[in-house]
Amino acid sequence: MTNKADITSNEELIDRDGFGPSTIQNEVVLELKNLQTHFTTKWGTVKACDGVSYAVKKGETLGVVGESGSGKSVTALSIMRLIQSPPGKIAGGEVLLHGKNILELSEKEMTKVRGGEISMILQDPMQALNPVFDINNQVGEAIGIHQKLKGKRRWDKVVDALKKVRIPAPEMRARDYPHQLSGGMRQRVVGAIGISSNPSVIIADEPTTSLDVTIQAAYLRLLKQIQRETGAAIIFITHDFGIVAKMCDRVAVMYAGRIVEMADVREIFNNPLHEYTKALIGSVPKLEEKTGRLPQIEGQPPLLYNLPPGDSFAPRSTLKYDEKDALIRPDLVEVEPDHFVQLSRCSVADFDKYKDKVSY
Amino acid sequence: MTTQERKDYSNVGPAIGCSNDGDPIIQVRNIRKWYQVNKSIPIFGKVDWLKAVDDVSFDVPSGKTIGLVGESGCGKTTTAKMILGLENPSTDGHVATGEIFFQGENVDELTAAGKREMRRSVQAVFQDPWSSLNPRMRVNTIISEPLEINTTMTKQERDVRAGDLLAEVGLNPYQGNLYPHEFSGGQRQRIGIARALALNPKLIVLDEPVSALDVSIRAQIMNLLVDLQNEHDLAYILIAHNLATVRYMCHRTAVMYLGVVQEYGDTEEIFAHPTHLYTNALISAALPSHPDIERDEIVLPGEVVSPVNPPEGDVFMTRTPLPVRENHKFTKERPPLVEVGKDHYVVETPWSTVTGHDLSEFKLSVDQEMK
Repeated sequence: MTNKADITSNEELIDRDGFGPSTIQNEVVLELKNLQTHFTTKWGTVKACDGVSYAVKKGETLGVVGESGSGKSVTALSIMRLIQSPPGKIAGGEVLLHGKNILELSEKEMTKVRGGEISMILQDPMQALNPVFDINNQVGEAIGIHQKLKGKRRWDKVVDALKKVRIPAPEMRARDYPHQLSGGMRQRVVGAIGISSNPSVIIADEPTTSLDVTIQAAYLRLLKQIQRETGAAIIFITHDFGIVAKMCDRVAVMYAGRIVEMADVREIFNNPLHEYTKALIGSVPKLEEKTGRLPQIEGQPPLLYNLPPGDSFAPRSTLKYDEKDALIRPDLVEVEPDHFVQLSRCSVADFDKYKDKVSY
Repeated sequence: MTTQERKDYSNVGPAIGCSNDGDPIIQVRNIRKWYQVNKSIPIFGKVDWLKAVDDVSFDVPSGKTIGLVGESGCGKTTTAKMILGLENPSTDGHVATGEIFFQGENVDELTAAGKREMRRSVQAVFQDPWSSLNPRMRVNTIISEPLEINTTMTKQERDVRAGDLLAEVGLNPYQGNLYPHEFSGGQRQRIGIARALALNPKLIVLDEPVSALDVSIRAQIMNLLVDLQNEHDLAYILIAHNLATVRYMCHRTAVMYLGVVQEYGDTEEIFAHPTHLYTNALISAALPSHPDIERDEIVLPGEVVSPVNPPEGDVFMTRTPLPVRENHKFTKERPPLVEVGKDHYVVETPWSTVTGHDLSEFKLSVDQEMK
């Protein structure tokens, strides 16, 4: 098992993500501490993000995995402070960017962070781009705001950004409108807007779900290249463990607004501890071999305004457990070096092995 | 129904890789769908044809799943639409449009009763469960609508049948009184499947049935589809771009590129020995199931070519990284499928298969920069 300390102290960086030598540097760029985002609805308070903590280092890719409604996108929007209020509210916690809590910034200062220091690549390139403005206008808008450039110098930067995302003939493409580009090219333009002001954190929210396999592969390769050039940390939000296997250094699995397991990518695949992680990995058919009947996760994701008390995964767990164990709210515990799991009798088969780490 | 006795496949023409074994429900022979893209009259200017589907043949045996794979724009959905009768095969008038046979009978020559039976027997499940259910109808009404049109069942009988169908797809019969917005994506897809099952079909066309769903729900829906197939001896046509889904679900697979089938045959055979360069490129680009699996990606030059006026000869000619011999006969003439293994057929030209070629110079290992 690779240990966190080994990787960061080792001179010869280890190829962990399959995209060549690791780009991770031992400098935490963004850290979430017990972040809580609540929404007030007519059914009660929805804790969409319920005490999420994670950190990303410079050049690292963190995969955030979970079903729809698990709170992975809300966490990302909370980092950007894009939660609409009301009904939403960041109820507590800290978001530290280079050690500074950005939740305390004024809206004006936040504008500099948003799209400047932290940028976001959204899922649907057709909705992320405005159909009535040309590419130059849309990429240039971000450059104009964050770098205060105009005219020829702004144009040069736009062409530069398009070149960076490997769009052929960028001078010509910059004058095109979104509908003139293919899906893959459009997603590259969205990427160009994201990287145009050299962000230190890129949040990619399922950027490839609407793309064909070949175009997806090229886009993922491109993101890795940009990361190698700029040293940006990437938070990759996805529900596909295939993307995690290809792209990520570390993985955080989210369920019902909380992180249930977090570890190095190989550790997650080789030694998943939480039943939910096991089920997510197991329920994907394999391309490499003929898969027998797929194990499936029974039931539906829980309703966030009506969560089971205690361990929210207990009703879907296939393990045998006492009713009273399900009422205990489990903690996220470091069971092995750099391997965190929400330790509950209901959803961790190896609970007894790590029993001494918790008080319940 | 009386159709059991009149199955006679003598009208169906031969095609490579196809046979009448296994009582095919649908047989497709050399179908073409060409769209005219400009309106000019032929004598005044050149007419451009978008060849969405060009000479496709396959069989759909009962109880089996046929997978159609390829990038967007390769003609897989158009093929399915023609089978469902939503599009008619068409060409410029000089080339035959091809035929579709339903249980051995040409669908163009079916009687009115025969057409009704075909429409009952061939159903569809669509990709997006949010837009394929009418938001203003209760689930019971949605599921029993085909029964109302096609059978003489009374309202009570239809409601009972709808309840049975809901139970069969793993929902609660009382949920029939709810509206679609009250369900999650996976449950909605189950409703879509229940509706397709209502008339006891023989074939269901599945157009990307799981790609809009969460990964954890996908397994539930795929398992449900496999169970229903075994129980009712259903045939499926599965349209997908996720190769792992195809390998899991399909008995036979057709890999399509630019409206033409490039590789066809037994799914396991194709995945064990992918022969066409395009199939290899698709497999190499697919996501791995474990971080230790590293595949060198075969990068085809250029983007997907427009299907407007594709090459006369091999359509893959403009995409292959291998050298194309100028005066080779397949630059002017469509190459046929050739049998390369047991139940394994490939379009074989000097530049389209991996056999006998060193592809290492076209492979991009994972940390290499793309040109």
